[in-house]
Amino acid sequence: MARSLGPVKRKFSPWTEPHAVPFIRFENITKRYGDFVAVDNLSLDIYEREFFSLLGPSGCGKTTLMRMLAGFEAPTEGRILLQGRDLANTPPYKRPTNMMFQSYALFPHMTVEKNIAFGLEQDGLPKGEISARVDEMLKLVKLEAFAKRKPAQLSGGQRQRVALARSLAKRPKVLLLDEPLGALDRKLREETQFELMDIQHTLGLTFLIVTHDQEEAMTVSDRIAVMDKGVVMQVATPAEIYEAPNTRYVAEFIGDINILECAVVANTGEVLQPGHPPVVRLDSQGVSIAVEQECAAAAGTSVAFAIRPEKVRISLNQPADVHINAVHGEVWDIGYLGDFSVFLVKLVDGRVVRAAQANVLRLVDRPITFGDIVWLTWPLDAGLVLTR
Amino acid sequence: MKPSRFDSTVLTLCFAFLYIPIIILIVYSFNASKLVTVWGGFSLEWYKVIWSNQGLMDAAWVTARVGMLSATLGTILGTLAALTLVRFPRFPGRVPFTGMIYAPLVMPEVITGLSMLLLFVAMNIDRGFWTVTIAHTTFTMCYVAIIVQSRLLTFDRSLEEAAMDLGCPPVKTFFRITLPLIAPAIISGWMLAFTLSLDDLVIASFTTGPGATTLPIKIYSQVRLGVTPEINAICTILIGFVTIGVICASISSKRTELRRIRDEHDAIRAAT
Repeated sequence: MARSLGPVKRKFSPWTEPHAVPFIRFENITKRYGDFVAVDNLSLDIYEREFFSLLGPSGCGKTTLMRMLAGFEAPTEGRILLQGRDLANTPPYKRPTNMMFQSYALFPHMTVEKNIAFGLEQDGLPKGEISARVDEMLKLVKLEAFAKRKPAQLSGGQRQRVALARSLAKRPKVLLLDEPLGALDRKLREETQFELMDIQHTLGLTFLIVTHDQEEAMTVSDRIAVMDKGVVMQVATPAEIYEAPNTRYVAEFIGDINILECAVVANTGEVLQPGHPPVVRLDSQGVSIAVEQECAAAAGTSVAFAIRPEKVRISLNQPADVHINAVHGEVWDIGYLGDFSVFLVKLVDGRVVRAAQANVLRLVDRPITFGDIVWLTWPLDAGLVLTR
Repeated sequence: MKPSRFDSTVLTLCFAFLYIPIIILIVYSFNASKLVTVWGGFSLEWYKVIWSNQGLMDAAWVTARVGMLSATLGTILGTLAALTLVRFPRFPGRVPFTGMIYAPLVMPEVITGLSMLLLFVAMNIDRGFWTVTIAHTTFTMCYVAIIVQSRLLTFDRSLEEAAMDLGCPPVKTFFRITLPLIAPAIISGWMLAFTLSLDDLVIASFTTGPGATTLPIKIYSQVRLGVTPEINAICTILIGFVTIGVICASISSKRTELRRIRDEHDAIRAAT
């Protein structure tokens, strides 16, 4: 399926502008079911035209949060504001939000066309306008040929697109997507992710997506809120979430990462390279680590050193400086992924560190193999210190 | 695989056990002789006789009206009861309510009939068409409630949420989305209710009065004076009705199945 080129992506970051007014505001939202706290005193701002993801494992409260915005659940405490207006007394059928359900929830007794027209009929639009809008939606999701079919006569991917068309037909101010691509196979999912981004861009709507798939969230979102146990752990752009996670939870939830338990040796504000942040010196069971990072951890406290596998260099040769950010070990396992190879290196003390290397050259036999003694090194700014 | 001799014997015995009495009844309804057990040649005589038997025809008409009316009322009430049971997991008096719904299923009919009779007597209501109808409504609504309830349990609530999300108020959602989708269960509930009302003897005999004799009561009272070929004829007609009903139901379910298979084929073709 060829993807049409949408408008050129502009720099979009209203959350960094101090005077920007949030479009949707969750204010100290708590939701309890009996003793169970699904959402715990959560506050979150979402801006107009943003593609925002709620990411977290199942049961973290992300779906509950979305259902509260749609009006299917009421918060136990707190307020939800849309364009500054409290939604508390607005029933779901009067909210300017539309939702795409995880199960798609297509009406099985209606044709594709009727499904898409349903919302427009509720608004009492004239017939001509409804059919024009339905045609437009069918074209948008490329299902013109299937207008007269019933949902049961469609493939999974087509049903997903009908659900999308139906939820977009009313031009909602906010489109809510509950695990929209969960039921699709990998290839279709990737294609659809880009289509979603295109549609969002073309129509200029605000999208709020709930997902447990970190890759999906990374691909489509302007910003991601990583949630755990009803609490937002971090709200940031995909790149910030990946490169600068604020906690171990976020670091481990997104992508692959090595975590080494460390003690802070010195945090004196010593600057090694002019213009760079000061250096924090750590010790991890005899391995000396230095990280360029603004950090409040005092000497003697225990912290975690986190580094992504692709930022660890692996080499058969001993580096010039073996005293800082260098460790040697034995190649214990190799995961060949085609584009990347992941080496599991067992250190002398038994810990395992992962190092990923892009397979730049076409080789069947790689120079580094099982049992080799290798050196792992990393630059001063490759890893980060996590205090929580 | 060829059935073994044991299998075919068991099968034959089962069929014989089930159908021989019915076959005898049907065969003897075409008997020319007035004696029930002596074959006197083929005749449609008794079918002509029942047409002119005013009492029998009246009873059939009463039964049809009671059946239609009580099945309809029972279906409405039963559907509402099922909705209440499924949609409101907690409300004061839920346990007794659930018990009341299930009670008539296990209660001996004699007791249901007797308690209805006592109620009508206590309320000083003259027994007749309406009392039978009310009694039948009470006991058939339970069956409807159970059929509709089991359908509602598998009903995807997100369909209703989707309708409301698209701007459809709750009551309209019920009529546009919920009702059309649970309609098959409601219709089969109605048919069951109608059939139950049609062949009920016990409850009807407790709650009916003069002028509202139902067919089962009529047949029973005639049989007490001796089985006549006329009874065989009317019973054969009843069997005919039920058979046609069963055949229609199985054809329609076969059709649904075929449509499902065709839809699946379409979906697979659409995917490739």
